[in-house]
Amino acid sequence: MSRIKSNSIIPGFNLSMGITIFYISFIILLPLISIAVVTSGITWQGFLDTVLDSRIMAGYKVSFFCSFIAAAVNCLFGTMLAWVLVRYEFPGKGIIDGLIELPFAIPTAVAGISLASLYSPTGFIGQIFDPFGIKIAYSQIGITIALIFVTIPFVVRTVEPVLKNMDPVFEEAAYTLGASRFMIFRQIILPELVPSLLLGGGLAFARAIGEYGSVIFIAGNMPYKSEIVPLLIMVKLQQFNYAEATSIAIIMLLFSFLIMFAINSLQVYQQRIVQGGTK
Amino acid sequence: MGKKSPVKYFLIALSSIFVFVMLIMPLAVILSEAFKNGFSAYANVLSDSFTLHALQLTLFATFAAVVCNTVFGLFAAWALTRFHYKRSKILTTIIDIPFAISPVIAGLIFSLTFGRIGWAQPILNYFHLKIVFAVTGIVLVTIFVTLPFIARTVMPVLHARGTEEEEAAALMGAGGFTIFRKITFPHIKWALLYGIILCTARAMGEFGAVSVISGHLRGKTDTLPLLVEILYNDFKMADAFAVSTILVLLALVLLILKNIVEYKWHSAKE
Repeated sequence: MSRIKSNSIIPGFNLSMGITIFYISFIILLPLISIAVVTSGITWQGFLDTVLDSRIMAGYKVSFFCSFIAAAVNCLFGTMLAWVLVRYEFPGKGIIDGLIELPFAIPTAVAGISLASLYSPTGFIGQIFDPFGIKIAYSQIGITIALIFVTIPFVVRTVEPVLKNMDPVFEEAAYTLGASRFMIFRQIILPELVPSLLLGGGLAFARAIGEYGSVIFIAGNMPYKSEIVPLLIMVKLQQFNYAEATSIAIIMLLFSFLIMFAINSLQVYQQRIVQGGTK
Repeated sequence: MGKKSPVKYFLIALSSIFVFVMLIMPLAVILSEAFKNGFSAYANVLSDSFTLHALQLTLFATFAAVVCNTVFGLFAAWALTRFHYKRSKILTTIIDIPFAISPVIAGLIFSLTFGRIGWAQPILNYFHLKIVFAVTGIVLVTIFVTLPFIARTVMPVLHARGTEEEEAAALMGAGGFTIFRKITFPHIKWALLYGIILCTARAMGEFGAVSVISGHLRGKTDTLPLLVEILYNDFKMADAFAVSTILVLLALVLLILKNIVEYKWHSAKE
């Protein structure tokens, strides 16, 4: 297996590698370099003034806070959904299973206007909460709900294969030794799920941080209260303020790459668990 | 362990409620809002020339992105899994970048490159090309945001299979295309279809990136999701939901196809 490329007798290395490198250079690297080109024209002071501006800082807080809550909620419900889909048989299971990826199929703008009308004070769900003084749409609760919607599939689909491959002998042993259901779940099942929960939660968080379409309709976009970072970039772009838009984007990119790095490490770990279970 | 218990029914009930509130209700709202003003109003919106133009543009951009990324995905999967090339890991990481960054930033980097202040602008002017605020830009950002889907669904399948069969075929003198068609393709066809479905779904619904690059020229650079936004912001709610139903229909077809392909793929494995 440790053959180096020149020794491989499979044809097509130069052609396929050439096309791959050309394509990702043109589509990904070339546009990304522009960030550096534009940044070179920004002074350090200007950069700091932009990213430390109180309205932008408030945006970061809203984005991180809502994304974190959304990922946490999905960890909880995602694990439950995965558990129900793997362990139980019941009528309608196929429908639930088939609908899990709906948020990936529905365009984000469509999800956005649908959620906004559902949770607005006159909407079907919004009017239930309105008399209690709870405003869902046009607040951070609304942002969080939109983010929960778009990231539902991540945790379910990362936890599911791990639950499927789990050897039941340990649970059975614990059961015969008198452990309660809750103890079995907490001490035997949950520790096995932690890496995949982190991976699924991380993927959900990464997606939520960058999400735009589904959030802007329900958010209300009030400065300091319900503005997310991608919206702030959009606002700067609409003012043709490319330098400030780029400055905010750099901070976002930094976080995105950090999360991506963490996810990549977790993915290697997850693959080992999933493949190790089947053999 | 298989004993029935209240816990089981509680969890099933809670899951069903979650799915109903979070997934089915948003879907139902779109339909009920779309037909609020009656069927003829609905039909009027759908036969409007702006709607038809947006549909056409969405289908075109989606088709272009899927074709380009399928070709790329197959070459990339071949290059990165059939050979033991030490930089494969770096290239794979680069392919993942569009998944990691916000769609708005995706749009931003394209307008920083090809837009008014872009460093590539003089080159484009020389060839009389326009990318930002034009269909070309919409296609390019759609390609960008959906780039990883096909490559990243095909690659694990090829990776897990090893390279022995292709090596044997090459030893016996088969050419590259013959090896791909007769040996590699039958193994990856379901993964490829799966990737194409995911890529299509994302491409037709892309909003943030397209929104930055399109300039919202009505009847020119408006895709369906952008038209939905314009109508909604004009307080033409019923119209926005009517246009949405086209996308919902496409999404549901893709979702069903995805489930069928997944099922076939799993049975092919066993």
